[in-house]
Amino acid sequence: MGRLLSFFINKNDVSRYPGFGIITLLFFLFLYLPIMVIIAFSFNENKIVSVWNGFSTKWYTSAINNQTLVDSLQVSLTVAFISTFIATVIAVSAALALTRGDDIKNKNFSIMVVNLPLMLPEIVFAVAILILFSLLGVQNGMLKLILAHTCFCIPFAFLPIRARLQGMNNNLEHASQDLYATPWVTFRRITLPLIMPGVFAGGMLSFVISMDDFITSNIVSGGGATTLPVYIFSLVKQGVSPELNAISTLIMVASLLIATPALYFATKK
Amino acid sequence: MSKLTMRFWGVLPAYTVMILLMIIPLGIIFYVSLMTSDPYGGYKPLFSLESYTQILYNYDWDNNLELNFQYLLIIGRTILLSLSTAILCLLIGFPVAYYISRQRKEVKPVLLYLVTLPFWVSMVVRVYAWVLILSNDGVLESGLRLFGFVDDIDSLLYNNGAMLTGMIYSYIPLMILPIYASIEKLDPRLLEAAGDLYSTRIQTLYRVIIPLCKAGIVSGFILVFVPCLGTVLEPILLGGGKTMMMGNLIQNQFGVSRNWSFGASLTILLLCIVLIFLFLQARRAAKLNQGAN
Repeated sequence: MGRLLSFFINKNDVSRYPGFGIITLLFFLFLYLPIMVIIAFSFNENKIVSVWNGFSTKWYTSAINNQTLVDSLQVSLTVAFISTFIATVIAVSAALALTRGDDIKNKNFSIMVVNLPLMLPEIVFAVAILILFSLLGVQNGMLKLILAHTCFCIPFAFLPIRARLQGMNNNLEHASQDLYATPWVTFRRITLPLIMPGVFAGGMLSFVISMDDFITSNIVSGGGATTLPVYIFSLVKQGVSPELNAISTLIMVASLLIATPALYFATKK
Repeated sequence: MSKLTMRFWGVLPAYTVMILLMIIPLGIIFYVSLMTSDPYGGYKPLFSLESYTQILYNYDWDNNLELNFQYLLIIGRTILLSLSTAILCLLIGFPVAYYISRQRKEVKPVLLYLVTLPFWVSMVVRVYAWVLILSNDGVLESGLRLFGFVDDIDSLLYNNGAMLTGMIYSYIPLMILPIYASIEKLDPRLLEAAGDLYSTRIQTLYRVIIPLCKAGIVSGFILVFVPCLGTVLEPILLGGGKTMMMGNLIQNQFGVSRNWSFGASLTILLLCIVLIFLFLQARRAAKLNQGAN
């Protein structure tokens, strides 16, 4: 009865759009069906991917025993750890400098500079840095990857840290300074613990970005360092295979395990 | 330490990285684009605009310049496909963002989380999913055959449609998030007022909601359009390497074709397209702001 009444009263509720719910449902199907398909077919026993033959985990065994895959994973992890660490340190320092103080014009310019990698298509950055390395004669594949990844990870680490700093008032920092703490002690004991969720989120996000990067790594790699996405790309070019489905599933699970806490901390107030 | 020196030392590392690894390399790219290409790879330090004329012209066998549409076609396809991707992302993303913003407080973050989640899965894997679905005897074709819809389809893969699907799939979260943020800021009383004044739903949508969400729509559009212009994976894996886009054309010049100057001039062209687009957008935004004041 109440619903019926409200139907008549609200018949001019123009904020409701009946078709939007269905579009949203279809959108989520579109978003998740491809992922489900990969996961489902990774358990297919048949070597012909799209013909279901029975449940099996043998493709996971063969993926784990694939030495090239393990090597490329090792390269990816090393690059991601080192570049995330450097990028996060640089981002914390930049975020601290750019959140305190008030001359807006210079600040906005500096924020633009820090976010530069987000504004250009990645291929432009990849090609530019490739030419730089070849002019300087940098041969070491690992070093090239780490330098390039550090650069484009900085904005991803910077944004959550800055968001955290903006939402925080600096009374505690002032109190600490009033009590004769040195700037370093204030930073170590007051500021850093307060912005830790932002630092954590920024670090995690840049880790995932580094692990997933394809365009730059594909152009820069060589010199004995192939990252995981570049190796997977070479497999995809050879065609669909059940082992590739298993590898993809493992990667998806790993990405979600890293991204979920990062997103949680990034949105936590 | 004064505030300004603290800021200087704080941003110094970030500036150093950006100048050394982004701005100087972009300068070098511009320099290389003005040099003569070396058939053995790299470039010769001889000034020439050849790599730019090569985009439009070809030498025929009498050594005369001849108009060549091959690259113009690729550039046109890149812009058109990127625009289509951004428009389709908007058409799908707006209703989704609006619907999510109308949900209960506890449901909203869950739905937003579900929107962003696939974005953190490796790009290569996400594009591979569509190869798996669309390939010959792939999941979609087998499924359709199972239900007796079709006997034989030409390949679903290796065409513009496949690339478009892959690009929408890759970039749509970047459209939904900014639009959602701007809808969240919308004052619900304005919608009530529109209803009280006998506005229909369509009128409310076009005259109240969309104008007020313009900022979110515009930034979503940029966030989708710009990376699409430089996309590399979708043309190779879903377009089959024959229907090229600027991203993989550039990549080829530094790989198999070994024509650095030409690759550099294409990169500069791509950069110019992005900058022109961003400039037009900024000017429009400035005009809108002026109108509002």
